[in-house]
Amino acid sequence: MSTVLTEPTAVRPRPAPVTDPAVIVARTRARVGLGDTLSQTFAMAWRALKKMRRNPEQFFDVALQPLLFTAMFAYVFGGAISGDVHSYLPLLIPGIVAQTVLTTCMATGTQLREDLDKGVFDRFRSLPMSRIAPLAGPMIADLVRYLIAASLTYLMGVALGYRPGGGVLGVLGAIVLAVLTGWAIAWAFTWIGTVARSARSVQGISMMILFPLTFLSNAFVPAKTLPGWLEAFTKVNPVSHLVSATRDLANNGVLTWQVGWTLLIGLVMVVIFMPLSVVSYKRHL
Amino acid sequence: MTSVPAVQADGLVKRFGELRAVDQIDLEVRHGEIFGVLGPNGAGKTTMLKMLATLLHIDGGRAEIFGVDVAAEPHRVRQLIGVTGQYASVDEDLTATENLWLFGRLQGLRSADARSTARRLLEQFGLQEAAERRISEFSGGMRRRLDLAASLITRPPLIFLDEPTTGLDPRTRGQMWDTIRELVNDGCTLLLTTQYLDEADQLADRVCVIDHGRKVAEGTPDQLKSQVGDSTLQLELAPGADQALARAVVLRVLDEEPVATPESGRLNVPLDVADRAADVLIALREAGVAVASVNVAKPTLDEVFLSLTGHDADADADSAADGHAGTVPGQDQPSLDDTTPEMSR
Repeated sequence: MSTVLTEPTAVRPRPAPVTDPAVIVARTRARVGLGDTLSQTFAMAWRALKKMRRNPEQFFDVALQPLLFTAMFAYVFGGAISGDVHSYLPLLIPGIVAQTVLTTCMATGTQLREDLDKGVFDRFRSLPMSRIAPLAGPMIADLVRYLIAASLTYLMGVALGYRPGGGVLGVLGAIVLAVLTGWAIAWAFTWIGTVARSARSVQGISMMILFPLTFLSNAFVPAKTLPGWLEAFTKVNPVSHLVSATRDLANNGVLTWQVGWTLLIGLVMVVIFMPLSVVSYKRHL
Repeated sequence: MTSVPAVQADGLVKRFGELRAVDQIDLEVRHGEIFGVLGPNGAGKTTMLKMLATLLHIDGGRAEIFGVDVAAEPHRVRQLIGVTGQYASVDEDLTATENLWLFGRLQGLRSADARSTARRLLEQFGLQEAAERRISEFSGGMRRRLDLAASLITRPPLIFLDEPTTGLDPRTRGQMWDTIRELVNDGCTLLLTTQYLDEADQLADRVCVIDHGRKVAEGTPDQLKSQVGDSTLQLELAPGADQALARAVVLRVLDEEPVATPESGRLNVPLDVADRAADVLIALREAGVAVASVNVAKPTLDEVFLSLTGHDADADADSAADGHAGTVPGQDQPSLDDTTPEMSR
């Protein structure tokens, strides 16, 4: 009988030679506990954050896109759509927030795919660790990206003269909602990352999903101006819900049912794609 | 009490489309030994190892690690093994310390324990100087050593080493060999794959030879070598010859102690170069030692491989994927005599 350990760690570092394997076999556990899963997820998040700090160039698109697109769209479409740049901003900024957050999701999938091909993942697979931690860890780290992307968009908007009616609280609420939704939707791209053959194909597939979703929504134009069938589509497009919810929060400071819809969509995404990703990761080689 | 083998595999099969990368391999690795899996590139060594290490699905047959079924309880198996892959499985962007710390954390060590384990291992592997450097700046040999260190964090009783010295220079290779030998002194069981015959000879207690996904032979390196003949100069002295003198002569000429065999009047002399046999014979005649018979047998597992598989170990990388028309049926105790395959080229 082995003695009861105060903490149920599987194997401790011992200076002594390895004991009878039968003892070690008896000490093994059949599955990973919730506590271990969490600490492994955070360890993987730590790894992802380290890598982000070491490769700051990957923040280029996250930082550049909101700055560039906000200015570009505002000056190009502002006059045509809303009469002038200034009145277009309340419509545009939430749209850009949704767009940048979605593009950032794409990076999540692409980078996971790249990561999976590295030798270190052979080790992760051979370790007695939770199968969800290598997927969920980087996604926690990615919250930083969504935060940067969403905040920069609002800052850029303010610089161009956007004065959100929802005040600081409203904007903060909108940012939190965007970050959460981004995280939830990223599970879909994580799944694509685990099934696609290469990082490039992840990018290709993701673009094909993202482009129609962002542009066939109310993100950049009022939905009423669209032909009937398209307007109908924008109404069911999840991106529209995110955009509307962000507008409600940031521009009016009100919690509407759009916020609820957005959260629900996020939840559905997680419920569907988290298990799919784990299954596909397990099968992956 | 070590009745349960470290590895027990029966009829392992892995298919990649039409190709049977691993074809009905049986394996038993005893606790505490170094077991070598020898074969050319593409023979199925890595595939077999990945199946045993829960990294690849087992298509046929079954495998147990210390009695735990690999397919049924992979999570348990992962707690019993350390895997050092052919391509360094460490994170390029992290430093050596960070890598070991991360792997320690992932295996349930507390942060402080993970740190002290990392420090201890880096010291043990002579990497403390490079502790804070990123792996992308590491040399091939350093990477391999770190990789091996990473497999030892929780001191698993079984270590898989996939071609631990492929691509290393001779000096680093020797260091790696020393490290591997030390592991076994610590009570580890080791399963290593290699395409170097001398590596298997140097390290392994027992060896199996794999070709085109099939096991073609198994035994100690000596047994395998003895299948082609001993790697020695065998001298049978004439009746009444002075054995002590003969030994002294051999020692003087080759600086190598001859080994007396049970049969009286017989000496086995290890030779590094075959034609030094002549030097020994000349010296013996000058010393007046009469020799009844002389036999020089060609050494190394290379020979074994050649006679077992009918082709050269090195020359076959490309044809490995062409199916295996020329291979021998797998056998439990193959003997050299009945494994002479026809070549299909």
